[in-house]
Amino acid sequence: MNCSDVRSLVHAHLDGELDLMRQVEIDDHVHQCQACRAIYDSQQMLQSALRADGMYFTAPPRLERRVRAAVHSAATPTRRWHVPLSPWFGVAAAAAAIVIVAVIARPIVSQRMGGDQIAQEVLSAHIRSLMASHLTDVPSSDQHTVKPWFAGKLDFSPPVVDLKDVGFALVGGRLDYVQNRPVAALAYRRGEHVINLFVWPSRSNADVPETFDGHQGYNAISWTRDHTTFWAVSDLNAAELREFVQLVQHRAGA
Amino acid sequence: MPPSPFEQAVLPHLNAAYNLARWIMRNDDDAEDVVQDAYLRALRFFGGFRGDDARAWLLAIVRNTCYDFLRRHRPQELADTFDEEMHTVIDGSQTPETLLLRRADQLMVRQALEMLPLPWREVVILRDLEGLSYKQIADVAGIKIGTVMSRLARARARLQQLLASGATGEVAR
Repeated sequence: MNCSDVRSLVHAHLDGELDLMRQVEIDDHVHQCQACRAIYDSQQMLQSALRADGMYFTAPPRLERRVRAAVHSAATPTRRWHVPLSPWFGVAAAAAAIVIVAVIARPIVSQRMGGDQIAQEVLSAHIRSLMASHLTDVPSSDQHTVKPWFAGKLDFSPPVVDLKDVGFALVGGRLDYVQNRPVAALAYRRGEHVINLFVWPSRSNADVPETFDGHQGYNAISWTRDHTTFWAVSDLNAAELREFVQLVQHRAGA
Repeated sequence: MPPSPFEQAVLPHLNAAYNLARWIMRNDDDAEDVVQDAYLRALRFFGGFRGDDARAWLLAIVRNTCYDFLRRHRPQELADTFDEEMHTVIDGSQTPETLLLRRADQLMVRQALEMLPLPWREVVILRDLEGLSYKQIADVAGIKIGTVMSRLARARARLQQLLASGATGEVAR
């Protein structure tokens, strides 16, 4: 690598965007060549000057209050959204939406009608269960305690399996509410991660194979078999969640 | 009332949103207005958000909102047609300015960054202040990764020049 190659890659190197081999080549060159080292050092110094704390504008507390209030009132359907923008905001918004969806959102095509809405509901239920420290109504690692607890509370009997021996410990069950009906929610733990398995009777007779959905750092896998719909939701990585789903299917015969 | 998924995913990035808006708008009041509008837009589009990078998603909306605001209220700032080539600083002509930069205090760095043309300023903010990868910057700004790289190189070379002349000026006085 000559000086001009090195100089054109100094930024990518400082930004950690080079592969290891080129990174090492540049380190070697900079080590030996004084002129390039001076450029490298001055860029590095500029970077640390830019990254100093005083350069970053932190949002003032009043802005957080303002944004929260605006979001709350906009999310309340009885009130009109306060969007003080010009008439062609619609055009800009539509364009922005297209750009965002196309470029960043990496859309996952939902395989079923209504799947998106259920996914959102199930995810909300999962997050609520973690936030309100209301993960379980019946805290028990014993499937023979959890399953009978649902009797009399639901018009169906959810399959309950313990998977502790394979790394997914049952921690209990609770009632939740999805799609305008009470559903069974079974909570499992894998290390620090919580998995909620939602179970309810399917309205259709058709089986639906596993469908994967990723949302806001959470993963969800849903399937329907023998008139029962399952949704497994967790912040666990996709591979381990798939493993969990396979184990549930195997043990519950679902 | 527990926070909604929207609040969970997007509110934690308020500082990132404000920092980007403040550097693009260059004053507190406009930056705050823009951030509030950007959050309302984000709320409307949140149903379509399927990615896992809520920060980059939000920053793209903040950036668009900033540009809309500038177009309406300060069109002259966007009117200067930005010519990549015209603004080019040839990398080979760079001279080591280590000593000069050492004299540059934070106020000078801040002023120099504010003086950069907007297309350069925003990539520096996203990279050096926000720590985004080239790919994320390309997504947020809607440009190619190659353009991210060339703008960063030119922006930083210009910053070096500005700081060097500023430091020299100080010495001369």
